[in-house]
Amino acid sequence: MKVELNINNETHVVEVEPRTSLLDCLREKLLLTGAHAGCEHGVCGACTVLIDGSAARSCLMFAVQADGYAITTIEGLAPGPGELSPLQDAFCETHGMQCGYCTPAMILAAHALLSKNPSPSRDEIVEAISGNICRCTGYAQIVEAIALAAERMRGQNEPQEILSERA
Amino acid sequence: MKPASFEYSRPADLDEACALLAADDGARLIAGGQTLVPLMAMRLARPTRLIDIARIPGLAYIRDEGNTIAIGAATKQQAVESDSLVRAKLPLLAKVMPYVGHGATRARGTVGGSLANGDPAAEIVLVAVTLGATLVWRDGGKATEIGTSDFFIGPMVTALPQTACLAEARFPVWPEPRIGVGFHEVNARQSDFAFVSAAAQIALDNEGRCTRAAIGIGAATAVPLRLDTVAKTLQGARFEEAAVRALLRAALAGIEPMADLHASADYRRRVALTLAVRAIADAYQAAATRRA
Repeated sequence: MKVELNINNETHVVEVEPRTSLLDCLREKLLLTGAHAGCEHGVCGACTVLIDGSAARSCLMFAVQADGYAITTIEGLAPGPGELSPLQDAFCETHGMQCGYCTPAMILAAHALLSKNPSPSRDEIVEAISGNICRCTGYAQIVEAIALAAERMRGQNEPQEILSERA
Repeated sequence: MKPASFEYSRPADLDEACALLAADDGARLIAGGQTLVPLMAMRLARPTRLIDIARIPGLAYIRDEGNTIAIGAATKQQAVESDSLVRAKLPLLAKVMPYVGHGATRARGTVGGSLANGDPAAEIVLVAVTLGATLVWRDGGKATEIGTSDFFIGPMVTALPQTACLAEARFPVWPEPRIGVGFHEVNARQSDFAFVSAAAQIALDNEGRCTRAAIGIGAATAVPLRLDTVAKTLQGARFEEAAVRALLRAALAGIEPMADLHASADYRRRVALTLAVRAIADAYQAAATRRA
């Protein structure tokens, strides 16, 4: 079947079998390999992408169901080539990764959280990544990274006059 | 972990969906797919055709109908979780929503999908049974209303005919001003399938006496249990833990809990008792903080 997908603000037309998951379509047809295939039955969260801004599992969705949604993968988060988003930066700085397999999904889950809740508590951060498994068990630095990014993004969003008054 | 081949259809309305179901024994409906797709990945389900009802117009809504809140079958769990009407009028449903799967599955999973799957560990199923919701399915042009006690038959088995599509769930709204709810569950990690869950909704009079109660136990038995005798006996009573525990112990003595690798039947019975006491205590306490 032919399906038109909006991925990272670009339109792609792909030919897929109905049984092709969105995950396999992203990885094999579009070479967007940042979404990782872990368990492929909705347990590990490694395949997380954003569907209309909400974190969702691309292994539990068929590509043929995904037309008409704004799909965001980890490849679409950086503001420009060679740059990183505040969340990606924070993951680097706090060493929020070990093997890196769960990292793109962790960052997207965190991105969905921060876009709705700019000042999450530790419990809210933990809840937001509770569907994502890190088998290196480096959760402490992941939580730290998300808190750091949240703090920086709040700073960015403060009106300029407040910042200049403070200075 | 790749599903077997299938055909894919996206009907424009429920009539067309029912016609597609009637034309193919192996066809199944898909909305969010958060339960069905894992089953397909493990090849425990091999539908010949998936009929996608997720975007049928007019099947996703949350409507105030006075005595009930009507929720369209294709309404996303995420939408229910953040809905102010649900929070105000269906506090028990609002309470359990954060426990339904994970955020990433609530973004796709639907209320109707959870009910139609009939998993005894599903929190939405527990609330429907506890409050005595009415479910509505469409079979061709015909609409059928059914109570939860007739709808849920066993684990993942419901009365829904092969050619029918769940259309709506109507949850009763309690008009009493002093209502409190409680919910507890035990699972391996937050938001995984519950081994046992308990829900309670209590209405109090000005003196703190119960005027109405609804109590349910999920995941312990083949379908969630509604403890009507306990609820009736609580009427007129203030909260006394020892009395509530004794009532629940008697009510749970005769149940036949499921047993598996994670939780034996005896464990489920013991935990059901403890969680139900806590849920009822929470519900009393929450109701007491509300003004008459």
